Amino acid sequence: MRLTLKIFRYDPNTSAGPHYDRFQVEADPNDRVLDLLEAVRGDQDDTLSFRRSCAHGVCGSDAMRINGLNALACKVLVKDLNSDTIQIEPLLGLRVEKDLIVDMEPFFAHYRSILPYLINDEPLPEDGKERLQSEAERERFDDTTKCILCAACTTSCPSFWADGQTIGPAAIVNAHRFIFDSRDRGRLKRLKILAGQAGVWRCRTAFNCTEACPRDIHITRAIAEVKQEILKHS
Amino acid sequence: MDTLHTYDVLVIGGGGAGLMAALHAAPRARTAVISKLYPLRSHTGAAQGGIGAALGNVEEDRWEWHAYDTVKGSDYLGDQDAIDFMCKEAVQSVYDLEHFGLPFSRTPDGRIAQRPFGGHTNNETGKPVRRSCYAADRTGHMILQTLYQQCIKNEITFYDEFQVVDLLLVDGRAAGVVAVELASGELHTFRARAVIFATGGHGRMWEITSNAYSFTGDGPAVLLRRGLPVEDMEFFQFHPTGIYKLGILITEAVRGEGGILLNSKGERFMEKYAPKIKDLASRDVVSRAIYLETRAGNDINGQRYMLLDVRPETVNRYAALDGRTRPDGSPYVVSAEEILSKIPDIADFCRTYLGVDPVKQPIPIQPTAHYAMGGIPTSIRGEVLADETGRVVPGLYAAGECACVSVHGANRLGTNSLVDLIVFGKHAGLNAADFAASADLPPLPENPQAFAGHQLAALRGGSGKERAAQIGREMRALMFDEVGVFRTEQGLEKAVETLQDLRRRFTDIRVGDAGKAYNTALLNAWELGNLLDLALVTARAALARRESRGAHARDDYPARDDQNWLKHSLAWLDEAGQVHLKYKPVTITHYTPKERTY
Repeated sequence: MRLTLKIFRYDPNTSAGPHYDRFQVEADPNDRVLDLLEAVRGDQDDTLSFRRSCAHGVCGSDAMRINGLNALACKVLVKDLNSDTIQIEPLLGLRVEKDLIVDMEPFFAHYRSILPYLINDEPLPEDGKERLQSEAERERFDDTTKCILCAACTTSCPSFWADGQTIGPAAIVNAHRFIFDSRDRGRLKRLKILAGQAGVWRCRTAFNCTEACPRDIHITRAIAEVKQEILKHS
Repeated sequence: MDTLHTYDVLVIGGGGAGLMAALHAAPRARTAVISKLYPLRSHTGAAQGGIGAALGNVEEDRWEWHAYDTVKGSDYLGDQDAIDFMCKEAVQSVYDLEHFGLPFSRTPDGRIAQRPFGGHTNNETGKPVRRSCYAADRTGHMILQTLYQQCIKNEITFYDEFQVVDLLLVDGRAAGVVAVELASGELHTFRARAVIFATGGHGRMWEITSNAYSFTGDGPAVLLRRGLPVEDMEFFQFHPTGIYKLGILITEAVRGEGGILLNSKGERFMEKYAPKIKDLASRDVVSRAIYLETRAGNDINGQRYMLLDVRPETVNRYAALDGRTRPDGSPYVVSAEEILSKIPDIADFCRTYLGVDPVKQPIPIQPTAHYAMGGIPTSIRGEVLADETGRVVPGLYAAGECACVSVHGANRLGTNSLVDLIVFGKHAGLNAADFAASADLPPLPENPQAFAGHQLAALRGGSGKERAAQIGREMRALMFDEVGVFRTEQGLEKAVETLQDLRRRFTDIRVGDAGKAYNTALLNAWELGNLLDLALVTARAALARRESRGAHARDDYPARDDQNWLKHSLAWLDEAGQVHLKYKPVTITHYTPKERTY
């Protein structure tokens, strides 16, 4: 089948402002949108810039807006879109550096702000082996361990669009992963950060994040659990 | 931004090996990680099934058994001192990962969960042993995330989206690297006392591959251009179960949990090829079996694929036939829910890319190019070796998939890639920091950016007669047809000749993008040049090796030949495009090579 790709273009080093280019491509219904972008760059216009790596939804490089919705270009198939024009644009709320590439640093800064690492200064088990954790304790935070930090959720969040200072769903998801890990001792520190002005109370439960997540994490539920935890400790 | 940087230790690559190296070098040496991707995008994150270590959490196991399995899996080409070291260290390394916070799946008594994996056995019974420590089917993701989290905690310095394009050597010693900053297109020079390459694999030279786009062999290609050799390049692993046509990996853990391979007749064909451990034989054995079944006309619909069946009724039927039990001795009977809880990501891939629910329908699979056993020759300490005598390049280290210690020999066992990068990443980091502590800062060569600049300028200055994308397609198809699971003299000769031609044609490409910011076309073209160099070396080394061993299977020389070929290859590539081969002996300590059956 023949498709039209309508792709957002921007190069800060040329005088042309942001605009859209159209490309005709031959596509199979099972092609990934990423395959089409590769075909454009390889055979039609090699000035097109986008990030990608694993091409099967685990590395988080190629989050972008596809027909208006945040997704990974490698996890959306042509047949899922059911349209003969596909519009492809960079994520919202982050500065466009070139074409489909945005500046990820503000996103990662929010991630770093929630202390995304195990905090536990207690002595390790004397036999040098693993800390024990029950299957139920492990299950408690399983969902939020799946995050690949692709930014699809945070850049779909109206509160984040309104104010880039909002910490955003991805950072809260990663905080959740540690707050509910029975081995972690940094819970109160993180809850204090998340109770702050840019934290969880900015969430208006729009559910955009949950819909955008390519890993099917129940993000809104994770945020609600963090909110409850803050209330419990306040 | 300043474009000259100075550190004690530079780590090139932000995957598992690179992050381990950085975490262990940084406490004692000023360290920076230079990575062409954001580190969390690295391909370590795609590893699924687990990391092997003889913890013995669910049944008896010993690191010596892990070592023997690895030696046998390597078809006796692995260096046994290195394998012993790795398998012994693996145990503490896995505990270290847990202490770092890695959320392993757990046993009912709260310990790290373990499951069976291909080629891992109880050496006394010969039966599969539960050795693979796992976090659902996203163990690599958890390792990458956990190590990156530790890097944040320890405030490691990162140069994200900087692509290293050259190694600086002064009087045969590492002096730094040159990198392109993707955002600006500027060249940066990094000076250092020690440099660790951890750039990953090169599976993108094959048409069907499980590898990320970024797996273009940058490290080995850069070193080749600087006159250093690569080792055992003819050995590249084809994983038996890639998603049909796409090559996306379906972990061996699916078979570990009881999945069965079936041909068009509905036969469990692995019974013929590995009567003892059947579907859990080594990857090379299973990939060859699939190829042979295809050649016998037993592929599904004549389309060169087989079925991987993990429906509970199938799993339970064969588990009963095999007499498989749970650790408590009860019969192994699973539900769809239990299977899905063990392989959630695989189920997601199947639904997304195939429209198949794996507990209701079998999964169409075919072998997919997966892992480089060969690469930059190193010592057990991670030092890069300059020749067949074992001469060390001072200050230069390598670890992970880009390196060849060699612990994988002719065929890597499943789970051992993660073991390799954790163990040797750590030791490369420690040893590089030690070296940096006692070494002075070497001077920079004159015009340090000249060679890198020349390479990039050439990609922009060609005649434009050829297109990079087309050359890439031809290379991948050629490699899959002629340098794949089975090889012949004639096919390999054709491959060498064609690759030499493709390399000549490559000089006629011209990158159209004249911009600086995120000029991905330029860097992708440079990466294609790396793949072409490594493909040529691979085909040439495969042509020379007239035997079948591990992943290198020759139709015309079907037997292993220890008399003549129990040795590692080292390959140099000269400026005229000629490959020069030398050989060095395999280190054999206490496992005498014998016939390999499963």
